[in-house]
Amino acid sequence: MNKNINKILFFLFLLFLQVLILNNINFLGHINPYLYIAFVFFYPLRENRFFFLFICFMLGLFVDFFSDSGGIHAFSTLFIAYLRLSFIKIYFRKLPTDYLFFNLKSEPFGKVFNYIVTLTIIHHFIYFSFANFSFQNMSMVLSNTLYTSIFTLILFFTVNYIFTKNL
Amino acid sequence: MQQIIYFFQKFKYFLFFLLLELIAVSFIFNNLNFHKSKFVNSANIVTGGLYRTLSDYTEYLHLRSNNNILSDENTRLKNILEKAISKSSMIDFIIVDSTKYMQKYIYTEAKIINNNYSKPFNFLTLNKGKRQKINKEMAVINSKGIIGITEQTSNNYARVQSILSKNSNINARIKGNTFYGTLKWDGVDYNRVQLHDIERQAPIKIGDTIETGGKSTIFPEGIPIGTVLKLSSGNTADNKIDVKLFNDMSNLRYVYVVKNIDKEEILSLENMDNE
Repeated sequence: MNKNINKILFFLFLLFLQVLILNNINFLGHINPYLYIAFVFFYPLRENRFFFLFICFMLGLFVDFFSDSGGIHAFSTLFIAYLRLSFIKIYFRKLPTDYLFFNLKSEPFGKVFNYIVTLTIIHHFIYFSFANFSFQNMSMVLSNTLYTSIFTLILFFTVNYIFTKNL
Repeated sequence: MQQIIYFFQKFKYFLFFLLLELIAVSFIFNNLNFHKSKFVNSANIVTGGLYRTLSDYTEYLHLRSNNNILSDENTRLKNILEKAISKSSMIDFIIVDSTKYMQKYIYTEAKIINNNYSKPFNFLTLNKGKRQKINKEMAVINSKGIIGITEQTSNNYARVQSILSKNSNINARIKGNTFYGTLKWDGVDYNRVQLHDIERQAPIKIGDTIETGGKSTIFPEGIPIGTVLKLSSGNTADNKIDVKLFNDMSNLRYVYVVKNIDKEEILSLENMDNE
């Protein structure tokens, strides 16, 4: 029960952090970090997978509602939520029996880093491809993906470092 | 039958994933179509209400600059009024002031409660909607120039398609003559839009003012847009001109929504030859 409340609070915290603060940063004119995808990284593996996919879809859709982007965030967030399991298999070499006790904090930093960087870049690439919505300006999609990914990752690892050290 | 059940069992997550992705794609396509009604937009009661609360708090930070803009506009309008009065007193016959009952546009004041300018398709949210008689496809301007077109309204909020959108197509011309073109945006710089398909023989110089032409039923004639920044190089098919906007699209607050009273009449007349 307590864990469910924690999950809901984490969901709402990331949503409002994203739409009220991070969407208005506009670093160098147009770069906003998309930190809300941290929900996908941290959501426990042992939970029902249908519910996990659905809640990630809803998180993306709520961000879409606030930023008027149709369903782009919902699409890209759902995409990495689905891919998450295969990357856990590849990077951490876990079997389905290990999922019950899987925790990002107890894994070596190098593996966690690879896992998060891969998912972030995939998410941002899909997001900017759809936001651009044409095959012109492909260089802009790639440069936006690169810069925004760097910004998101720096922010994610900084916040992660601060919170894990204090607790 | 067993095979089908087995198939569903094996791929249940993937099928669920596919279903949700299809829903998301349909939202994306729906969002890009100007004439369709939309489900995912910021002009609903939850997002609109939250943005309004937020803008009520941050409003005080911009009071000084807003006052400056307002007094500038007042000065300009006072000068125009003074000119009109002096002109009419010089002419010594009775003037039937037709402007009072031949009014063509109604202006409504509104506040921007959410502004985007960094994406290829940008939208703004206004704090007024159907209850304040704001409908689809009305012009949104401020004292400096054009901002966009209303595109979706709820009871108390409206969503505006910014001119900074790859979908935006606005009739524009060079001030002082009647050569007109179409104003579009390429999605790169939020201070710069592009004027397409203007006549090749049109006399254009860098620094010329671009304003709205009277060819659309949405925008009034002669609303300023920006100045010519760069002429097209070479002989390309669409004579493309870079225009620097008068408005700083990243810093907007109070706007006017313009309703064209004669719009239905004009449109019904134009569509008559289809029969």
